[in-house]
Amino acid sequence: MERGTVDRTSTTLEINPFDLYAIEVAKRIKKLFGGIITAISMAPPHAENALRDAIARGVDRAILLSDKRFAGADTLATSYTLASAIKKLGHFNLILCGEKSVDGDTAHVGPEVAEFLGIPHVSFVTRIVDVGNNKIVVESDYGDAYYKVEVNTPALIALSRPVVFMNEFIEPSMPRISDVLRARRAKIEIWNADYLSDIADTSRFGLSGSPTRVVKAYYALEKGREPKIVKGEEGTTLILKTLKELGVV
Amino acid sequence: MVWSGVLVYAENYGRGISKASFELLGKAREIVTKIGGEVSAVIASDPSNIEKYAKDLIMYGADKVVTYRIDVDALSNPMIHRCVVIDAINYLKPKLVMFPATPWGRGLAPRIAAHIGAGITADCLDIYVDDNGDIIQVRPAFTGNIIAHIKTLTSPVMATIRPGVFPMPKPNHDRKGEVVERELGYENECLDLSKRVRVVGISREKKVKLSEAEVILSIGRAVKSKEDIKLFEELAKELNAQLACSRPLVDIGWMDRDRQVGFSGNIVRPKLYIAMGISGAPQHIAGMKDSKYVISVNIDPSAPIAKYSDLFVVGDIYDVAKKLLDKLKEIRCSEKQ
Repeated sequence: MERGTVDRTSTTLEINPFDLYAIEVAKRIKKLFGGIITAISMAPPHAENALRDAIARGVDRAILLSDKRFAGADTLATSYTLASAIKKLGHFNLILCGEKSVDGDTAHVGPEVAEFLGIPHVSFVTRIVDVGNNKIVVESDYGDAYYKVEVNTPALIALSRPVVFMNEFIEPSMPRISDVLRARRAKIEIWNADYLSDIADTSRFGLSGSPTRVVKAYYALEKGREPKIVKGEEGTTLILKTLKELGVV
Repeated sequence: MVWSGVLVYAENYGRGISKASFELLGKAREIVTKIGGEVSAVIASDPSNIEKYAKDLIMYGADKVVTYRIDVDALSNPMIHRCVVIDAINYLKPKLVMFPATPWGRGLAPRIAAHIGAGITADCLDIYVDDNGDIIQVRPAFTGNIIAHIKTLTSPVMATIRPGVFPMPKPNHDRKGEVVERELGYENECLDLSKRVRVVGISREKKVKLSEAEVILSIGRAVKSKEDIKLFEELAKELNAQLACSRPLVDIGWMDRDRQVGFSGNIVRPKLYIAMGISGAPQHIAGMKDSKYVISVNIDPSAPIAKYSDLFVVGDIYDVAKKLLDKLKEIRCSEKQ
């Protein structure tokens, strides 16, 4: 954390749990309409394993955006890079992603990618209600209530978890051994900054393209409580006593 | 170009101004004492409520309110609000723009930031002006284990702020402010995007708002089947508590997401939080650690949640729940007689 960025070279990288739902939804849409599913990830080279996992789970094509020049990116630079890669890819109907990552927890990247691509998006989607040839109907958590929203494609949908597809409750499952083995031999395309330079401004990648800077970071000091620890019968009695003291009963 | 003052996005997607928006006005007043300039608010509203809303925003701290008349039908379309805020930022040139970090606000704000090419910080717990006059945003990262202080190099500084972290300001009925009515130009490319989104309507109301509950009974992985949840529902009813849970029960579909406490669910601060069969993963702790009093019941005396509890009962949650239920019913019956 020395530069206020996170060193990910020593960590194992895996698919963000929210994104597993994106893969599951993509598979179901493919079943209905055909087409191919492409997974794109911006990460250090050893994230290749996570993309192999994506292939084992049913993704057809996997692209890893990896370059030292992508490093140190905040959400704006990350989204710009991802959007550039999607432009480079060419045609697409739908972009699915998790609402946020479990580590960064910003929920920025989906909406920002959509903005860079000039397409509509819906965030915090809890249900795919219907999918048509050129539209998708979803249910989105606005905060006070859930709203049904119809969007013309191409569009970006950021998925919450759990998520319901039509009437099916989606549960990402472990891939089959045979699929894992197949994925081991699959090709992972690696794209670097130069490869995107014809359509993107490379100074907007990585740390140089990131307008936010961490000036200070520290471990959160938790206010430890001193619990009264009791067992068995005494426990129930003490809970009741506490409930009375707190005026709950 | 001179950027000055603070702009607060007053969230209104057709159900009135959210409480969190007023909280931001209170903080904005504090910040302008350090950075100078005015406190402004931007609001999209149906024509019938617009005057009242503008008055409310002034009463709670806005010097200037920029209003946009939007038909009721279009008010719940986030792409319209995108146009509104982009226009207001171009018009006011604020140094700082704050949004409530509600799902609506968190979906909207980053789009606007990307449009402007500005940096944005998510779900802040605080915001302050340092000795150099820089605006610093404070947010948890990595499931709350790390607290980061973040500076933004671009203008305006943009941030979403977690509801409830700033106190509600006291309304001042005598406050005076200016109301500026603006319209979205129809050549606006913004509107083209909004035509590609159609909000059909509310599909369902939330069953429960855990953030407002006084007493919460929360259950976790130790619950063995969906059927068993009834026992805890009954206990919650007896305690006048809202039933909540940790993530595993939502992931397997036994409980509704509205009832999930934790990092990816609700952040709660009740008077009493009772955790039954929850070991206390950091993600869960992040959602309940600020509860006033915490009682935990767990079979494992070394469960991490002990450190966050005031009373920790080592025992089987079914046992404890049944006994409590019997006792509470006894009390209720004896009171009736």
